[in-house]
Amino acid sequence: MSIRHSLLALLQDQPRYGYQLRVEFESRTGATWPLNIGQVYTTLDRLERDGLVQNDGDDGEGHVIYSITPEGSLAVRSWFDAPVERNNPPRNELAIKLALAVTLPGVDVAAIIQAQRVASIRALQDYTKVRRDTAANQRPADTAWLLVLDSLIFQTEAEVRWLDLCEARMVQQAEAAKSQSARQQSTGVTSEEVRRAEARR
Amino acid sequence: MSVQRGQQVLELAKVCRTFGDGATSVAALRDVDLTIDAGEFVAVMGPSGSGKSSLLALSGGLDRPTSGGIFVESTPLADLGLNELARLRRRAVGYVFQDFNLVPTLTAAENVALPLELDGTPSREAYRQAREAMDLVGIPELANRFMDEMSGGQQQRVAIARAIIGERRLILADEPTGALDSTTGQGVMEVLRSRADAGAAVMLVTHEARHAAWADRVVFIRDGRIVDQAAAMHDPAMLLAQAGF
Ligand SMILES: Nc1ncnc2c1ncn2[C@@H]1O[C@H](COP(=O)(O)OP(=O)(O)O)[C@@H](O)[C@H]1O
Ligand SMILES: [Mg+2]
Repeated sequence: MSIRHSLLALLQDQPRYGYQLRVEFESRTGATWPLNIGQVYTTLDRLERDGLVQNDGDDGEGHVIYSITPEGSLAVRSWFDAPVERNNPPRNELAIKLALAVTLPGVDVAAIIQAQRVASIRALQDYTKVRRDTAANQRPADTAWLLVLDSLIFQTEAEVRWLDLCEARMVQQAEAAKSQSARQQSTGVTSEEVRRAEARR
Repeated sequence: MSVQRGQQVLELAKVCRTFGDGATSVAALRDVDLTIDAGEFVAVMGPSGSGKSSLLALSGGLDRPTSGGIFVESTPLADLGLNELARLRRRAVGYVFQDFNLVPTLTAAENVALPLELDGTPSREAYRQAREAMDLVGIPELANRFMDEMSGGQQQRVAIARAIIGERRLILADEPTGALDSTTGQGVMEVLRSRADAGAAVMLVTHEARHAAWADRVVFIRDGRIVDQAAAMHDPAMLLAQAGF
């Protein structure tokens, strides 16, 4: 998630001061990403350093107002134009965890999958409940929030389907392994002998 | 609805169901304990062949357990004769079958009205309630159609209307969204959810996580056993934090 571009996009709208940016950002994304005010100020400093925003000085009430520069507008434009990079959100810890689990002896992969499935479905239940409540008394400002919730629902659903697939693969593999060892037993050949025969080929 | 929220509508105690005997016997359900309260929506998930349909059939009195007890509103189903069981099914239990089970010689509205009519509700009144149930599932225009004049998805919604007509206190639905597109599938979830919110106990078998997520509780079944249950946390702040935001 790019705080930098999000703040720029809000400044494109109109000049604002730090606290306003934070409030505006949270209300437009349904407070999905709580922004720390310190983060906002650091980001504004960097944007100013890079010439993408300018400091317009005090508004008379002690707020420092920032506005976007032409370079800043260009940056917002290209942010919206370019698709989000695939590796941006998911350093998919779950995929990494399962990939390691299947290669390590003594790890109960089925249990890991089931525990994850319960956790994912629980999250899905919550998103669905929040979505239902929001949609039931929808205000215009909720449109963006509903989009964010839908995205979370789709992502979580995909996760569950992927877990189902992982599990199905494991069952298939286990069955293949079983029938292979059954075949070998029925011919009286041990797996060690098969391995040696294969190595000789 | 006459049922009080929180009151136990369905109880399964140590239920086992074995098909066949000897070496070829299949244990479809083993030692299943499950209760569902009034106002509660429970989803059942599990791989194919894990016993989901068996669980529903037993809960609706369509099949008898090999051992264990099943209670609907505290009545032990084992104590009911076939007629009493049929009456309970017409009055209190709504059932959506995996293959709809509609009567081909009746119109959609007649199918929906059937359980009430069989139970002695005057035809006019039964028909009025049937139209109401069909409105609820979003198919008011199908009232006079016959089964062979409807798509699979439409028939499925007729079956759902039939399951919710009257004051059903227990609604059992076996993969009711199988033949539906995703928007219609969500509509079905809304109907089941609203029945539960009105006080019915709802048990839904589904393989779609998106649909199961409408339930208060998700029960996972595997090889005839309940292996896990998930209940929502209802804590959006924590949940969003967990989502990495
Ligand atoms: N009438 C029956 N006769 C014999 N076996 C059955 C019968 N009904 C179900 N089974 C077996 O019981 C197990 C559970 O079936 P079912 O409850 O239909 O599973 P699910 O709905 O989860 O796919 C399966 O192994 C199935 O083959
Ligand atoms: Mg089934």
